[in-house]
Amino acid sequence: MLDGPSVAAALEDCGVSHVIWVPDSVLGSWEPALSGSQRPTLLRVCREGEAFALAAGLVLGGKKPVIFIQCTGLFEAGDALRNAVHDLKLPIFMLVGVRSYYAHRQGKSNDSCPVFTEPILRAWQIPYVVFEERHTAADLAAAYRQAQAERRPGAVLVAE
Amino acid sequence: MNLMMTQQQALEIVKRHRNNRVVVTTMSAVPTWAALSDSPLDFHFIPSAMGHAPDLGLGIALARPERGVIVLNGDGCMLMNLGSLITLANHPANIHLLILDNGLYEVTGGQPHAGVGHADFAELARGAGIRRVYSFDNHDSWQAGAAEALAGPGPAVIWLKIEGRLGQQTPKPPRPMSEQIARLQAALELPG
Repeated sequence: MLDGPSVAAALEDCGVSHVIWVPDSVLGSWEPALSGSQRPTLLRVCREGEAFALAAGLVLGGKKPVIFIQCTGLFEAGDALRNAVHDLKLPIFMLVGVRSYYAHRQGKSNDSCPVFTEPILRAWQIPYVVFEERHTAADLAAAYRQAQAERRPGAVLVAE
Repeated sequence: MNLMMTQQQALEIVKRHRNNRVVVTTMSAVPTWAALSDSPLDFHFIPSAMGHAPDLGLGIALARPERGVIVLNGDGCMLMNLGSLITLANHPANIHLLILDNGLYEVTGGQPHAGVGHADFAELARGAGIRRVYSFDNHDSWQAGAAEALAGPGPAVIWLKIEGRLGQQTPKPPRPMSEQIARLQAALELPG
Protein backbone atom coordinates (compact mmCIF):
# COMPACT_ATOMS: atom_id res chain seq x y z
CA MET A 1 0.00 0.00 0.00
CA LEU A 2 1.25 3.44 -0.89
CA ASP A 3 1.54 6.15 1.74
CA GLY A 4 3.15 9.56 1.90
CA PRO A 5 6.36 8.78 3.77
CA SER A 6 7.20 5.68 1.72
CA VAL A 7 6.40 7.44 -1.56
CA ALA A 8 8.51 10.48 -0.64
CA ALA A 9 11.41 8.24 0.34
CA ALA A 10 11.15 6.17 -2.84
CA LEU A 11 11.11 9.27 -5.03
CA GLU A 12 14.13 10.68 -3.26
CA ASP A 13 15.93 7.38 -3.73
CA CYS A 14 15.11 7.52 -7.46
CA GLY A 15 16.60 11.00 -7.76
CA VAL A 16 13.27 12.65 -8.53
CA SER A 17 13.73 16.41 -8.25
CA HIS A 18 10.15 17.70 -8.17
CA VAL A 19 6.61 16.47 -7.61
CA ILE A 20 4.16 18.62 -9.56
CA TRP A 21 0.66 18.10 -8.38
CA VAL A 22 -3.00 18.80 -8.07
CA PRO A 23 -4.01 16.28 -5.39
CA ASP A 24 -7.16 14.27 -4.98
CA SER A 25 -8.44 12.98 -1.67
CA VAL A 26 -6.14 9.95 -1.65
CA LEU A 27 -2.98 11.63 -2.94
CA GLY A 28 -3.76 14.62 -0.75
CA SER A 29 -3.12 12.52 2.35
CA TRP A 30 0.53 12.37 1.24
CA GLU A 31 0.88 16.16 1.46
CA PRO A 32 2.65 16.30 4.86
CA ALA A 33 5.35 13.90 3.72
CA LEU A 34 5.81 15.51 0.32
CA SER A 35 5.72 19.12 1.48
CA GLY A 36 8.11 18.33 4.30
CA SER A 37 10.68 16.89 1.96
CA GLN A 38 13.61 18.91 0.62
CA ARG A 39 13.91 16.52 -2.27
CA PRO A 40 11.74 16.10 -4.18
CA THR A 41 10.38 19.62 -4.07
CA LEU A 42 6.60 19.91 -4.18
CA LEU A 43 5.25 22.27 -6.86
CA ARG A 44 1.59 23.20 -6.74
CA VAL A 45 -0.14 24.20 -9.97
CA CYS A 46 -3.69 25.42 -10.62
CA ARG A 47 -4.70 22.98 -13.34
CA GLU A 48 -3.32 19.71 -14.57
CA GLY A 49 -2.34 20.92 -18.04
CA GLU A 50 0.09 23.25 -16.33
CA ALA A 51 1.73 20.27 -14.68
CA PHE A 52 2.80 18.76 -18.00
CA ALA A 53 4.22 22.00 -19.42
CA LEU A 54 6.00 22.76 -16.14
CA ALA A 55 7.42 19.23 -16.12
CA ALA A 56 8.57 19.70 -19.71
CA GLY A 57 10.44 22.87 -18.78
CA LEU A 58 12.08 21.16 -15.83
CA VAL A 59 13.20 18.25 -18.02
CA LEU A 60 14.59 20.66 -20.62
CA GLY A 61 16.54 22.24 -17.78
CA GLY A 62 17.97 18.92 -16.65
CA LYS A 63 15.67 18.02 -13.74
CA LYS A 64 13.64 14.87 -13.04
CA PRO A 65 10.05 15.76 -12.17
CA VAL A 66 7.02 13.53 -11.74
CA ILE A 67 3.35 14.50 -11.92
CA PHE A 68 0.71 13.50 -9.36
CA ILE A 69 -2.90 14.16 -10.42
CA GLN A 70 -6.36 12.64 -10.44
CA CYS A 71 -7.88 11.04 -13.53
CA THR A 72 -10.26 13.98 -13.96
CA GLY A 73 -7.22 16.22 -14.33
CA LEU A 74 -5.67 13.78 -16.77
CA PHE A 75 -8.73 14.22 -18.97
CA GLU A 76 -8.34 18.01 -18.79
CA ALA A 77 -4.64 17.92 -19.52
CA GLY A 78 -4.75 16.09 -22.83
CA ASP A 79 -3.29 18.82 -25.04
CA ALA A 80 -0.40 19.51 -22.69
CA LEU A 81 0.32 15.79 -22.27
CA ARG A 82 0.25 15.27 -26.04
CA ASN A 83 2.64 18.15 -26.58
CA ALA A 84 5.16 17.18 -23.89
CA VAL A 85 5.23 13.48 -24.72
CA HIS A 86 4.69 13.40 -28.49
CA ASP A 87 5.87 16.79 -29.83
CA LEU A 88 8.76 17.36 -27.44
CA LYS A 89 9.26 13.60 -26.93
CA LEU A 90 10.05 13.95 -23.24
CA PRO A 91 9.86 10.96 -20.85
CA ILE A 92 7.22 12.41 -18.55
CA PHE A 93 6.20 10.13 -15.66
CA MET A 94 2.87 10.50 -13.90
CA LEU A 95 0.92 8.99 -11.06
CA VAL A 96 -2.83 9.23 -11.55
CA GLY A 97 -5.49 8.55 -8.93
CA VAL A 98 -8.44 6.67 -10.44
CA ARG A 99 -11.57 7.68 -8.61
CA SER A 100 -14.17 4.95 -8.00
CA TYR A 101 -11.94 2.21 -9.43
CA TYR A 102 -12.93 -0.46 -6.89
CA ALA A 103 -16.59 0.54 -6.79
CA HIS A 104 -16.77 0.41 -10.57
CA ARG A 105 -15.23 -3.06 -10.64
CA GLN A 106 -17.89 -4.23 -8.19
CA GLY A 107 -20.67 -2.70 -10.26
CA LYS A 108 -21.48 -0.26 -7.48
CA SER A 109 -20.67 3.05 -9.17
CA ASN A 110 -21.95 5.09 -12.08
CA ASP A 111 -18.82 7.26 -12.02
CA SER A 112 -17.48 7.45 -15.60
CA CYS A 113 -13.88 8.13 -14.49
CA PRO A 114 -12.78 4.48 -14.32
CA VAL A 115 -14.50 3.78 -17.64
CA PHE A 116 -12.35 6.25 -19.56
CA THR A 117 -9.00 6.49 -17.76
CA GLU A 118 -7.28 3.47 -19.30
CA PRO A 119 -8.67 4.00 -22.83
CA ILE A 120 -7.51 7.61 -22.66
CA LEU A 121 -3.98 6.55 -21.70
CA ARG A 122 -3.92 3.97 -24.47
CA ALA A 123 -5.09 6.62 -26.93
CA TRP A 124 -2.25 8.92 -25.84
CA GLN A 125 0.15 5.96 -26.14
CA ILE A 126 1.27 6.14 -22.52
CA PRO A 127 2.44 2.81 -21.05
CA TYR A 128 0.79 2.31 -17.66
CA VAL A 129 0.37 -0.07 -14.77
CA VAL A 130 -2.52 -0.24 -12.30
CA PHE A 131 -1.56 -0.23 -8.62
CA GLU A 132 -3.94 -1.82 -6.17
CA GLU A 133 -3.64 -2.15 -2.40
CA ARG A 134 -0.89 -4.77 -2.61
CA HIS A 135 1.48 -2.43 -4.41
CA THR A 136 4.14 -0.53 -2.50
CA ALA A 137 6.45 2.43 -2.95
CA ALA A 138 9.12 -0.02 -4.08
CA ASP A 139 6.85 -0.94 -7.00
CA LEU A 140 6.44 2.76 -7.79
CA ALA A 141 10.20 3.22 -7.78
CA ALA A 142 10.60 0.22 -10.08
CA ALA A 143 8.01 1.56 -12.54
CA TYR A 144 9.71 4.96 -12.56
CA ARG A 145 13.18 3.51 -13.04
CA GLN A 146 12.03 1.27 -15.88
CA ALA A 147 10.42 4.18 -17.74
CA GLN A 148 13.52 6.33 -17.25
CA ALA A 149 15.83 3.52 -18.36
CA GLU A 150 13.76 3.12 -21.52
CA ARG A 151 13.59 6.93 -21.95
CA ARG A 152 9.84 6.80 -22.37
CA PRO A 153 6.78 8.23 -20.64
CA GLY A 154 4.92 6.16 -18.12
CA ALA A 155 1.97 6.20 -15.77
CA VAL A 156 1.01 4.51 -12.55
CA LEU A 157 -2.74 4.38 -11.99
CA VAL A 158 -3.62 4.28 -8.32
CA ALA A 159 -6.88 2.41 -7.78
CA GLU A 160 -9.14 4.32 -5.39
CA MET B 1 4.51 61.17 -30.97
CA ASN B 2 3.41 58.10 -28.98
CA LEU B 3 2.27 55.64 -31.62
CA MET B 4 1.38 52.07 -30.76
CA MET B 5 4.36 49.84 -31.47
CA THR B 6 4.60 46.93 -33.82
CA GLN B 7 5.52 43.48 -32.55
CA GLN B 8 8.91 43.77 -34.21
CA GLN B 9 9.64 47.10 -32.51
CA ALA B 10 8.66 45.62 -29.16
CA LEU B 11 10.90 42.59 -29.61
CA GLU B 12 13.87 44.57 -30.88
CA ILE B 13 13.89 46.22 -27.46
CA VAL B 14 13.68 42.83 -25.75
CA LYS B 15 16.69 41.71 -27.76
CA ARG B 16 18.77 44.61 -26.45
CA HIS B 17 18.08 43.55 -22.87
CA ARG B 18 17.94 39.73 -23.00
CA ASN B 19 21.65 39.23 -22.14
CA ASN B 20 22.31 35.49 -21.81
CA ARG B 21 18.80 34.50 -20.77
CA VAL B 22 16.67 31.78 -22.33
CA VAL B 23 13.91 33.26 -24.50
CA VAL B 24 10.77 31.15 -24.92
CA THR B 25 8.50 32.21 -27.79
CA THR B 26 5.15 30.93 -28.94
CA MET B 27 2.59 31.59 -31.68
CA SER B 28 2.93 34.89 -33.55
CA ALA B 29 6.12 35.90 -31.76
CA VAL B 30 7.95 32.89 -33.25
CA PRO B 31 8.78 34.24 -36.73
CA THR B 32 9.42 37.76 -35.46
CA TRP B 33 11.90 36.62 -32.81
CA ALA B 34 13.50 34.09 -35.16
CA ALA B 35 14.23 36.93 -37.60
CA LEU B 36 15.89 38.91 -34.80
CA SER B 37 17.84 36.17 -33.04
CA ASP B 38 19.32 32.73 -33.69
CA SER B 39 20.73 31.95 -30.26
CA PRO B 40 20.73 28.36 -29.00
CA LEU B 41 19.11 29.86 -25.93
CA ASP B 42 16.03 30.68 -28.01
CA PHE B 43 13.31 28.07 -27.57
CA HIS B 44 10.41 28.35 -29.98
CA PHE B 45 7.55 26.56 -28.25
CA ILE B 46 5.80 25.44 -31.37
CA PRO B 47 4.17 23.01 -31.78
CA SER B 48 2.95 23.99 -28.34
CA ALA B 49 0.35 23.16 -25.75
CA MET B 50 -2.10 26.02 -26.00
CA GLY B 51 -1.44 28.69 -23.38
CA HIS B 52 1.35 26.85 -21.61
CA ALA B 53 4.47 28.82 -22.54
CA PRO B 54 4.57 30.46 -19.07
CA ASP B 55 4.60 27.04 -17.41
CA LEU B 56 7.32 25.72 -19.69
CA GLY B 57 9.38 28.85 -19.04
CA LEU B 58 8.86 28.51 -15.31
CA GLY B 59 10.15 24.95 -15.45
CA ILE B 60 13.35 26.06 -17.18
CA ALA B 61 13.74 28.94 -14.73
CA LEU B 62 13.33 26.66 -11.71
CA ALA B 63 15.74 24.13 -13.18
CA ARG B 64 18.37 26.73 -14.08
CA PRO B 65 17.98 29.63 -11.64
CA GLU B 66 21.32 31.12 -12.63
CA ARG B 67 20.22 31.56 -16.22
CA GLY B 68 16.92 33.46 -16.25
CA VAL B 69 14.04 33.11 -18.70
CA ILE B 70 12.03 35.57 -20.79
CA VAL B 71 8.70 34.30 -22.13
CA LEU B 72 7.11 36.02 -25.13
CA ASN B 73 3.44 35.16 -24.75
CA GLY B 74 0.38 36.42 -26.59
CA ASP B 75 -2.81 37.83 -25.11
CA GLY B 76 -4.92 35.02 -26.53
CA CYS B 77 -2.48 32.48 -25.12
CA MET B 78 -2.55 34.21 -21.74
CA LEU B 79 -6.33 34.02 -21.59
CA MET B 80 -6.15 30.27 -22.15
CA ASN B 81 -4.12 29.80 -18.98
CA LEU B 82 -4.69 32.61 -16.49
CA GLY B 83 -3.99 30.18 -13.68
CA SER B 84 -0.34 30.22 -14.68
CA LEU B 85 -0.10 33.74 -13.21
CA ILE B 86 -0.99 32.24 -9.83
CA THR B 87 1.52 29.45 -10.36
CA LEU B 88 4.26 31.96 -11.25
CA ALA B 89 3.53 33.94 -8.10
CA ASN B 90 3.59 30.78 -6.01
CA HIS B 91 7.02 29.65 -7.19
CA PRO B 92 9.33 32.67 -7.33
CA ALA B 93 11.87 32.24 -10.09
CA ASN B 94 13.98 34.33 -12.43
CA ILE B 95 11.32 34.67 -15.12
CA HIS B 96 9.97 37.68 -17.01
CA LEU B 97 6.64 37.07 -18.74
CA LEU B 98 5.79 39.43 -21.59
CA ILE B 99 2.17 39.59 -22.73
CA LEU B 100 2.13 40.87 -26.31
CA ASP B 101 -1.40 42.21 -26.52
CA ASN B 102 -2.70 42.80 -30.04
CA GLY B 103 -6.32 42.03 -29.19
CA LEU B 104 -6.45 39.24 -31.75
CA TYR B 105 -6.02 35.58 -32.37
CA GLU B 106 -3.48 36.57 -34.99
CA VAL B 107 -2.36 33.14 -36.17
CA THR B 108 -5.91 32.08 -37.03
CA GLY B 109 -6.57 35.10 -39.21
CA GLY B 110 -7.19 37.93 -36.77
CA GLN B 111 -10.37 37.15 -34.87
CA PRO B 112 -10.96 39.13 -31.65
CA HIS B 113 -10.68 37.14 -28.41
CA ALA B 114 -13.02 37.23 -25.46
CA GLY B 115 -11.01 39.76 -23.51
CA VAL B 116 -10.79 42.55 -26.07
CA GLY B 117 -11.54 45.93 -24.57
CA HIS B 118 -11.98 44.81 -20.99
CA ALA B 119 -9.25 42.37 -19.93
CA ASP B 120 -6.67 44.20 -17.81
CA PHE B 121 -3.64 41.91 -17.73
CA ALA B 122 -1.79 44.12 -15.27
CA GLU B 123 -4.61 43.88 -12.75
CA LEU B 124 -4.91 40.16 -13.35
CA ALA B 125 -1.19 39.72 -12.67
CA ARG B 126 -1.32 41.85 -9.53
CA GLY B 127 -4.38 39.99 -8.35
CA ALA B 128 -2.54 36.73 -8.87
CA GLY B 129 0.17 37.90 -6.52
CA ILE B 130 2.83 39.06 -8.97
CA ARG B 131 4.55 42.06 -7.37
CA ARG B 132 6.55 43.36 -10.32
CA VAL B 133 4.04 44.31 -13.00
CA TYR B 134 4.66 46.80 -15.82
CA SER B 135 2.45 48.16 -18.61
CA PHE B 136 3.56 49.92 -21.78
CA ASP B 137 1.28 51.01 -24.60
CA ASN B 138 3.69 52.75 -26.96
CA HIS B 139 7.20 52.44 -28.32
CA ASP B 140 8.69 55.41 -26.51
CA SER B 141 7.55 54.34 -23.07
CA TRP B 142 8.66 50.72 -23.63
CA GLN B 143 12.03 51.89 -24.86
CA ALA B 144 12.43 54.05 -21.77
CA GLY B 145 11.19 51.44 -19.29
CA ALA B 146 12.49 48.17 -20.67
CA ALA B 147 15.82 48.20 -18.87
CA GLU B 148 14.14 48.38 -15.48
CA ALA B 149 11.27 46.04 -16.33
CA LEU B 150 13.52 43.35 -17.80
CA ALA B 151 16.10 43.56 -15.03
CA GLY B 152 15.73 42.62 -11.41
CA PRO B 153 14.20 39.59 -9.78
CA GLY B 154 11.36 37.56 -11.19
CA PRO B 155 8.65 36.82 -11.48
CA ALA B 156 7.75 39.94 -13.42
CA VAL B 157 4.89 40.46 -15.84
CA ILE B 158 5.18 43.04 -18.62
CA TRP B 159 2.04 43.92 -20.55
CA LEU B 160 2.78 45.43 -23.97
CA LYS B 161 0.07 46.84 -26.21
CA ILE B 162 1.08 46.25 -29.82
CA GLU B 163 -0.49 46.61 -33.24
CA GLY B 164 -2.57 43.71 -34.50
CA ARG B 165 -1.82 42.24 -37.90
CA LEU B 166 -4.16 40.55 -40.31
CA GLY B 167 -3.27 37.93 -42.88
CA GLN B 168 -0.54 36.23 -40.88
CA GLN B 169 0.39 32.66 -41.69
CA THR B 170 0.51 29.85 -39.18
CA PRO B 171 3.93 30.18 -37.53
CA LYS B 172 6.60 27.54 -37.98
CA PRO B 173 9.73 27.02 -35.90
CA PRO B 174 13.05 27.71 -37.61
CA ARG B 175 14.21 24.14 -36.98
CA PRO B 176 12.70 20.84 -35.80
CA MET B 177 11.89 20.45 -32.12
CA SER B 178 14.54 17.76 -31.62
CA GLU B 179 17.22 20.16 -32.88
CA GLN B 180 15.88 22.96 -30.73
CA ILE B 181 16.06 20.79 -27.62
CA ALA B 182 19.57 19.57 -28.42
CA ARG B 183 20.79 23.14 -29.00
CA LEU B 184 19.16 24.44 -25.84
CA GLN B 185 20.49 21.65 -23.64
CA ALA B 186 23.97 22.03 -25.09
CA ALA B 187 23.83 25.76 -24.36
CA LEU B 188 22.68 24.95 -20.84
CA GLU B 189 25.60 22.52 -20.62
CA LEU B 190 23.39 19.52 -20.05
CA PRO B 191 24.20 16.00 -21.23
CA GLY B 192 22.26 15.01 -24.36
